[in-house]
This record gives sequence, C-alpha cells and structure tokens, in this order.
Amino acid sequence: MPRSTRVVGDGGSISKGKICSLKARAVLIDMEEGVVNEILQGPLRDVFDSKQLITDISGSGNNWAVGHKVFGSLYQEQILEKLRKSAEHCDCLQCFFIIHSMGGGTGSGLGTFLLKLLEDEFPEVYRFVTSVYPSGEDDVITSPYNSILAMKELNEHADCVLPIDNQSLFDIISKIDLMVNSGKLGTTIKPKSLVTSSAGAVKKRHQKPFDAMNNIVANLLLNLTSSARFEGSLNMDLNEISMNLVPFPQLHYLVSSLTPLYTLADVNIPTRRLDQMFSDAFSKDHQLIRADPKHSLYLACALMLRGNVQVSDLRRNIERLKPSLQFVSWNQEGWKTSLCSVPPVGHSHSLLALANNTCVKPTFMELKERFMRLYKKKAHLHHYLQIEGMEESSFMEAVSSLSGLIEEYNQLDATKSMPVEDFPRLSIAV
Amino acid sequence: MSIVTVQLGQCGNQIGFEVFDALYTDSHCPQGLCSKRENEAYQASCKERFFSEEENGVPVARAVLVDMEPKVTNQTLSKAAQSGRWKYGQHSCFCQKQGSGNNWAYGYSVHGPRHEESIMNLIQKEVEKCDSLSGFFIIMSMAGGTGSGLGAFVTQNLQDQYSNSLKMNQIIWPYGTGEVIVQNYNSILTLSHLYRSSDALLVHENDALHKICAKLMNIKQISFSDINQVLAHQLGSVFQPTYSVEGSCHYRRNPLGDLMENLVPHPEFKMLGIRNIPQMSENSLAYSTFTWAGLLKHLRQMLISNSKMEEGIDWQVRPPLSGLPTLGKASLNRGLHFNMSIANLVILRGKDVHSADLGGFKDSALYTSWLEPINAFNVWKTQRAFSKYEKSAALVSNSQFLLKPLDTIVGKAWNMFASKAYIHQYTKFGIEEEDFLDSFTLLEQVVASYCNL
Repeated sequence: MPRSTRVVGDGGSISKGKICSLKARAVLIDMEEGVVNEILQGPLRDVFDSKQLITDISGSGNNWAVGHKVFGSLYQEQILEKLRKSAEHCDCLQCFFIIHSMGGGTGSGLGTFLLKLLEDEFPEVYRFVTSVYPSGEDDVITSPYNSILAMKELNEHADCVLPIDNQSLFDIISKIDLMVNSGKLGTTIKPKSLVTSSAGAVKKRHQKPFDAMNNIVANLLLNLTSSARFEGSLNMDLNEISMNLVPFPQLHYLVSSLTPLYTLADVNIPTRRLDQMFSDAFSKDHQLIRADPKHSLYLACALMLRGNVQVSDLRRNIERLKPSLQFVSWNQEGWKTSLCSVPPVGHSHSLLALANNTCVKPTFMELKERFMRLYKKKAHLHHYLQIEGMEESSFMEAVSSLSGLIEEYNQLDATKSMPVEDFPRLSIAV
Repeated sequence: MSIVTVQLGQCGNQIGFEVFDALYTDSHCPQGLCSKRENEAYQASCKERFFSEEENGVPVARAVLVDMEPKVTNQTLSKAAQSGRWKYGQHSCFCQKQGSGNNWAYGYSVHGPRHEESIMNLIQKEVEKCDSLSGFFIIMSMAGGTGSGLGAFVTQNLQDQYSNSLKMNQIIWPYGTGEVIVQNYNSILTLSHLYRSSDALLVHENDALHKICAKLMNIKQISFSDINQVLAHQLGSVFQPTYSVEGSCHYRRNPLGDLMENLVPHPEFKMLGIRNIPQMSENSLAYSTFTWAGLLKHLRQMLISNSKMEEGIDWQVRPPLSGLPTLGKASLNRGLHFNMSIANLVILRGKDVHSADLGGFKDSALYTSWLEPINAFNVWKTQRAFSKYEKSAALVSNSQFLLKPLDTIVGKAWNMFASKAYIHQYTKFGIEEEDFLDSFTLLEQVVASYCNL
C-alpha cells in the first residue's frame, strides 16, 4: 500500500536528458513483501527510496483488526520516523495522499490507522484519501467488515475521499478495448493517449489487467495535481478542493470522472470535441465509481481542465449542462473551476470532474447491507474479536457512523423536491 | 504625483501586468494624434505616475507583487522582463508556497499577520522611490483567498500606516456562475472590510468584461488574458494623463486625489463603476469614425440605463421628469430601471476634444439633490488620443451601477450562511459566525443606502 505526498522531484539533477535522481516523496507500506519487492525490481525502482519502506512477511489476512490494531501498534514508531523524514525534505508540506483499498486488511486497517496518526502528528496538513471500494463480486468474504470499519476512520479523519471501485475501472477498460478492436475507419488510437497505459503499447495491457486499471487512478491523481504543478490562467491548489467541495466536515466523498479516455489519431475532428469532453465528464461511462449523480443532488462540483481550454469554453459548457443537473438550494451555482495550460501527454486537453453528490449514498447503503448480512450470522467475527482492542462495540460504532452519514445524505435528498426559497434577509432601519 | 500599485493573488498579478503594459504601450504610441511636445509631456506624466527610472533606462513599474504561491508572480515577473520595454523591480515581489486555499479567513487571519512586516516593508521601499505619493492601487479579486483576504488585511494596514495617502481598491467582481464555490462568502467579507478601510472601490465585473470581449471585440475563444486587457484598457482610459486647469501640455498632478474629491463625497457611498466607449477589435476600428456627439449620447444612455457596453443599450429608460414635484421613493416619475447618480466623471481623449458638448451630463435629473449639478459632474480632457482610438470617452460613476450585483451577492451569501454550509472552513481560522453577521449588516446598510438614492 503505497502512500505518497506530493510526488514532486526532489531537486534532481539532469544528466544526458534524463532526470536521474528524482525520488518520490513516498512511503510504501505493506505487511507482505511481494508487491513492494516487485516495484523495487521493476522499471521504477530508482524512483523510490528503498529506505522509505515498511514491510512485514505474514500479511494481515484480510483482517482490518490485524492491520489496524496489531500492525498499527507494532509499526507506529517506524511509520512516524519515515514520515518525519519525508516531511523534512519538503519546503512546504501541504498534503498527504493515502492510497489504499478498503476491502483487505493492510490497506484498510493499517491505512486508516495511519490516517489518525497523520492527523495527530501533522494536524495542519490535508489528508486526501484514494480508496478502492470492494465491488459486488469481490472475492474477499470479509471485505464488508473491513470496509465498514475503515469507513468510520475515513469519516472522522480524512479531509477528502475519492472512492473508486474496480468494476468501474474494468468497464472503462472494456470500453477502450471496444474502440481499439473495432477497426472502424478513423478510430486509430494514439497509443500514448490511453488513460490505461503509460508505456504506450496497446497490447501490453492484457498481461496485467490491474496495471491498466491502476493507471486510470494514476491519471486521476495526475490531473488532480496538475494545476498545482503547472502554470495556468486559473490555478487550483489541493487545499482549494477541500475548501470548495466540503460544505460540511463529514460530507467529503467525491465522485470522480475523467475524460478523455483516449485520443483518436485522426486530428480532423472539429472542436465540437471540446464540448463533447464536458458532456462525457457527466456521463456514467467515465466515472471511477458506480453512481448516478445526474439523478441525485449535487452539493458542489469541481471542473479541472488542462490544455487549450479558455474561460469562454468553460462558461459555455457550464451554461449548457446546468439545466440537467440538480444542485442543492444553497449552492445553485456550486461550481469550482480551474484552467491549467499544460495538457496530459498525448492529449490536447482533458477534464477531471469531482462531484460532491448524494449519489454515493446507494454505494454506502449497499455496503452496509452486505455488512449486516454477515454480521447477523456472526460469520468470521471471531477472527476480529480475538484481536486485542476489538469488541462488538467497535462494529456497532462503525455501523452507527455509517448510518449517520447515510442519514445526512437522506436529509439533503429530501430537499430535492422542495421549491427553492430565499431566506428572509436582514432588515435595516434606514 | 505617483501611484504605487499592490498586486495581490493570481488575479491581481495577472491584471497588474496587463495594466502596466497597457499604460506603457499607450504612452509610447508614436504620435497620439497630437504635437510632439504634447506627446512628450503626456509620456513624462504617465511615466512619473506609474514608473520609476533605472540606470539602464528601462522603466520599472511602481508595483509590489504579492502572492501566497510562486507560479503566477514568477510568470508575471518574467513576462515583463522579456518584453524588454518595462519591467518589475527585482526585489518587488513577495511570495510563499502554500497558497490560501480560496479561504478568506486564511488570507486575512493567517497570512496577514504572518507576513505583515515583509509586505509592508516592500511597499515602504516602493513608496520611498516616489518624489511625491498620491496613493495606492490595490488590485485584487474578491472570489479567492489571497487577493480577497490578504488584500483586505493589507488595505487596513495601508490605512494605518499611510493615513495621508489615498487608497483605491481595484476589485474584480467574479462571474455570477461560479469560479469559486465560496466566492460569495469571500466577497462579502472583503467588501465589508474594505468599506471600513478603503477610500474608494472601483469595481470591474468579469461578466461585463466577458460580454465586451464576446460582442464588441469579437473574440471567439475568450481567455482571461483577453478579459484582463479590456480591464487594463478601461483603467488606462481613466488614469492616463489629462489636462490640468492650465490646459495643453500641462497635465493634472493628482488624478487619484481629484477623482476621490469629485466622486466620493460621503463615506457611505464608495462603490464606483467604470464604462468606456468605443471598444472594438482592431479590424472594426479601421472602418469606423466617431463624433463626440454620438459617443457622448451613447455614454449618457449607458449611464442612465446601467448598460455595461455600447451594444444592447435600453433607449427606453429616461431620467425622471424635472420640474415635477418629487413624490418620494414611490415616485412614478422615475423611469424603469433608471440609474440614479451621486456624481460622475467623464474623461475625453482625442481629436477636437474641446468641441465636445457635455450638456447631457449636467442635467440635474440625473443626480441626487445633495450636490449642486456643477459639483456632481466633472470632466477631464486631453487632445492626446488614447491607445488606437481617435476619440474615446470614459465614465467613472458613483451611482446605482453596482446595486443589483451587490444585492445579488449578499442574497446568495445569506442563503448559504443560513444553511451553515462551509462555515467550518472559516471558523477553523478565526472568522466566526459573528464576523459574517457583521459583514451582512454593513452590506445590507450599503444596499439600502444606494437603493434609496
């Protein structure tokens, strides 16, 4: 489970055109060695500092309690030490990215333990969490337990969460597959432009399906930070995301969608493509989590644009799309926008949309249901309860936390059908 | 007398660049349709006001650049330097790394006190370069965190430290449809604070500038750069040199002071709007000719009907019929949407400027009854043409121009405040609900005052 701070070069030197000594501001943590070892032997081995690792051998057994309580206390000091070291290298530490999954043991348990640690140790630094939620057909039986236990921590200690599910990523890959293999005239895709591939070769994809899916998430994070890394006419920093998209502390779950997924090699496509990009961002096909924002309530929405897009394009498309979207009464113009001049590799422009929308509610409700089905039968519960510090109340509190969150979304949804009324203004004696 | 400009945040710095560029370019226009002597006097006056001299002869903008993250100021400094024609001072820039997160509270309560000394020192250095200081421009947006919050803080400091100098805030009014979600909060906090510490707020509306780019300049893909250039043009058309009483070749020493005196008779009424005519693309300009009568007729109607540009003016709007007894606020004499003025200033530049007839602006029906029409209306002139325009007219108005936008922003902010959305982001940094309420109270008062003109 790698966790990274702003992945910015660390004063690297440039020799023979290659930046050799850039090191990721990252700490890689896993309670098994396999994945981390693979990274350190792979093409990016020089990017990671081999001292910024924490590994164990036995793994967490898909058990949140093992990850959180056992490994948490075991590795607390080490984790803090490595974090402090990374932080020292920063001129100005602004935020942490925590990248993990919810369904397993290490990412879920140790990952959320880490969250609390960061809050205590670095209270001023924002905590952005990218969480992979378990899909319906998830093969880890205990994933509902792990997810719900982790959700409580996310509710309380994360500033912003970007939920992702594997099914959505897989669907995006399938869509691209269709385009690549359709053989239609004018549909040759520029290899470098695939959101699923960094290496550029379209064929490689099939060997490691998770690589392609993970690449989509990587692109999400790239676009998220682009405005902070590159110049543009309307910059947006990471702290602005939290400020604008989180109207109430608990409601910090953002649905993300990325477009375009690929660029057609045929450059004779007119600029209608630009407007199409905006439409795509609001289409379910481009979301990284399964949800239906168009039929739910928007609390806030951010549009982060890269490339040759100007303010008039932005305004035209907001005007065009607004009527089909429902915004909460106190935030009818709830748009946060940014324009970054530098497009992603292989594209002339791109758009990342982040929506704070009540459409995440069904996802959470489903999770809660799967949890209850297991919990009612007390299935696998003993694996958790035998861990010191874990009691049935831990589970109850976690469910209660999630129920509270769902209730907040419910209350907002209830306002959907109500007419928008202005609050009476202060009256001034003239 | 000189004006020192403080550019704050991304918006302030991007605009500041365009303003100095426009001022420089205009003052170095080859002939300006006047005599060489006239042109030289104009140039010298502009230079003294906005630029200082350096050894190698490249003029240095009298400006201090402030931002809480480095990208924009770096860009601004290098753009100016690369032009080779003018530049910013090497040490005139103060920036940090973490930004203000669009949070007014962060800009005002955290960055302000933390960097007060450094920023005020930079300003002091710039002030010392002036033989005689007229006052300050503070260029800032209301929607973000640095321009708005830190801008409010700096303005307050300027009031304390330079109480004899004038402060005019160039405020960028955001687009109605969000650039920033919390823009209405940031705006009301900014406006209420500035109202207490600034001398005048010259408002530039993004929506209006955008329309000008679209309809008059015919720009297809409008960028912020385009918008900022229109703004710079408008500002230049007001603050470039104009004749003092002595006339030809003698330029007004203190336009900022004169403007304040003419337009801000009462501290309750500080909001100024700016209009400018003609505005068009260079292509269209080649085929157009203007008369002063035509220009002034349009400008007057733009004033009366609160039109932001010379296209789409509502010619139905008329001032209330004078000579009839006033029936109070519910007077039916007052035309629909008639824009009542407190005071107006018209600036004319170009050929045959002395032949222009400004009678239409002296009509007492346009004004409240507080000032004699002779005091409520002023005109500045110069024969020297501005930018590419053979004739151009600008209007700075203290009127009901901004009543509706202000009312709209207060309304939206109030709705959001009533639901308590985003408040936790502000209380985190020391701006409490009470501070919001104070701001609302002050601004409702301003709205009521302008409404009841």
